[in-house]
Amino acid sequence: MSSHATPAPLGGKIWTPFFQFLAGVFAVSVILMIWRFVAGLGAVTGLSDAYPWGIWIAFDVVIGTALGCGGYAMALLVYIFNRGQYHPLVRPAVLTSALGYTMAAIAINIDVGRTPYIYKIPFMPHWWNLNSVLLEVALCVMAYVAVLWFELAPALFETWRKGSSSFFRWLADTFDPIIRKLMIPILAIGVLLPTMHQSSLGALMMLAGNKLHGLWQSPLLPLLFLISCIGMGYAVVVFEAHLSSRAFRRPSEAPMLARLGVVTGWITVAYLAIRLGDLVVRGKLGLAFQPSFQALAFWVEIALFAGAAFLMLTPARRGRAMTQFNAAVMIILAGSLYRIDTYLTGYNPGDNWSYFPALPEILITLGILALEIMAYLYIVKRYPILAGGSSTAPARA
Amino acid sequence: MSVDRRKFLKAAAVTGAAVAAAPAAVEARERRVPPPDAKGMLYDATKCIGCKTCVVACKQANNMPIDDREMGDGLYDAPTDLNSRTKNVIKLYREGERISYMKAQCMHCVDPSCINACMMGSLKKREYGVVTWHGERCTGCRYCGIACPYGVPKYEYEKAWPKVVKCELCAEREGKPFQPACCEVCPREAVIAGNYTDLLAEAKRRLAANPDRYEPKVFGETDGGGTQVLYLSAAGVPFDKLGLPDLGPEPVPQLQQVIQHGIYQGAVIPVALLAVFAGAVWRSHRQQGEGKGGQS
Repeated sequence: MSSHATPAPLGGKIWTPFFQFLAGVFAVSVILMIWRFVAGLGAVTGLSDAYPWGIWIAFDVVIGTALGCGGYAMALLVYIFNRGQYHPLVRPAVLTSALGYTMAAIAINIDVGRTPYIYKIPFMPHWWNLNSVLLEVALCVMAYVAVLWFELAPALFETWRKGSSSFFRWLADTFDPIIRKLMIPILAIGVLLPTMHQSSLGALMMLAGNKLHGLWQSPLLPLLFLISCIGMGYAVVVFEAHLSSRAFRRPSEAPMLARLGVVTGWITVAYLAIRLGDLVVRGKLGLAFQPSFQALAFWVEIALFAGAAFLMLTPARRGRAMTQFNAAVMIILAGSLYRIDTYLTGYNPGDNWSYFPALPEILITLGILALEIMAYLYIVKRYPILAGGSSTAPARA
Repeated sequence: MSVDRRKFLKAAAVTGAAVAAAPAAVEARERRVPPPDAKGMLYDATKCIGCKTCVVACKQANNMPIDDREMGDGLYDAPTDLNSRTKNVIKLYREGERISYMKAQCMHCVDPSCINACMMGSLKKREYGVVTWHGERCTGCRYCGIACPYGVPKYEYEKAWPKVVKCELCAEREGKPFQPACCEVCPREAVIAGNYTDLLAEAKRRLAANPDRYEPKVFGETDGGGTQVLYLSAAGVPFDKLGLPDLGPEPVPQLQQVIQHGIYQGAVIPVALLAVFAGAVWRSHRQQGEGKGGQS
């Protein structure tokens, strides 16, 4: 295929005022994290026996990894469906995914009450309960974090090889050929693992049975989670491409993103058809017309998905950068709301119980998010992630 | 391209066939029955006078701390519900003139949702079908709390090294393992312990002897796949008023397990998918001129 612009480090100052602000947010969250390990979960969270899972699971892990599906979604397109023209979008997507999944892993370590025993999950296979969907999620996510960093490694090696540290030069020279040789199996595993655990993140809540509202409880939870995470993955790629082209004054990739938007739009249409069809078949659609908070949340979800699909599929609109950006934000919000609703809003352990995240709980989530953004900014400025150069116009493969 | 597509479609068809074959494989998820030596309890709400002797006995037998958090003055051990200091509690249902007591503790399900949830098997069904917790395997993920339809597993949110707290039918009781203290002390024999089959027969005998006295059902005989703790409720007080949800006869984990095992049975589908993906990645690397591999 014709040459697409080569990725290059953006360069520039790291310690900007915005970065300092993020560092401040993260510092506050570190203090609260320490307090959580000293005083227990109850001291910093709104969690209770009725609501054992809060925003650290619903937001940091379930939404965080779904937003980290950019790498997965792009790998599907570029490597599985052989659409090489989207290649310039792969590296930034893999970076966001690696960071998103790593942050989710950090959040899990803070959320589980007996963190030092987490090592037992990979290292005590004779204790594995193969009926546990959560075990599958845990093992898959652990493996996938490693896979994502392997996928990203060649980009990091490029910078290290030119760097001043002889240790990093040695690392790059030694491991770059090995990783490149292994890249086909790594990429294949990197598509399999999210297919497994993103669907299983939906399957998890099937065990909540009647406690999960009829608008969300469904035998199709795994399928709906899988389809929506792919849509969210593309949306994040579009979102990030626009944001970075504006923030770093890079050339716009709007034509390529419009075509990606069409893919996303059709995925969203498929999602909506299955989502609504499932409710009709199970006779639960009536719940959507009851005057309840859940019904309202459901319609907001549907409206966001449908609105985004409309924007992405209307030929007259989808070429505009602003439309693409708005549609991407709507998909991200819609998929996130679907997850929040499945894990929190639609979860009802009984009357007289409620959950709202405590302030330290929210601050820890924000701190982890700040860390993620800091890592992103540092890496794109120092490592060849984003396609630079004069033109990123897509070439037909 | 057309050849590749055909190959891809062939592989996809194989995968699809595996998906289609899966339900047949999982209908085999056997219906669990109580083990032959199953022990349990029978609580007859019409006999209970709400004296809470069982609550005190439970705390003593299990060395549980007092719970004065609701009362606030430190004078009463007065838990209002199951919690991290209380494995057994007596609750009151009142609607107008009608009242009923309710004893809450682990139901020791025949096919427990919590056990299906638990990653490392820290919750397991032991001898006599009793569900117990084993801390050396527990990461504190609290999926058991999401899974349990009765809201039983409680968690020490106030502690830096929390445990899961639930009734274990006095499995570890000193000198008297598996002899529930609550049943020993009940002055009205409103709750009795014994072999599951005997208790079920006794419950049915009571129903048959006094049909006007009871709701016409033994809760736990089939509910949510069955429980080893059985309940009788007074006529006019449906079980859901006592906090025992209407789960239907399907085991709570059934649907999730059928679907999940359908997808992962024998790892056929994941392996097939991996093969398809690896082939596709190999093809795209060749065609996109990136024989040297990598993400560049």
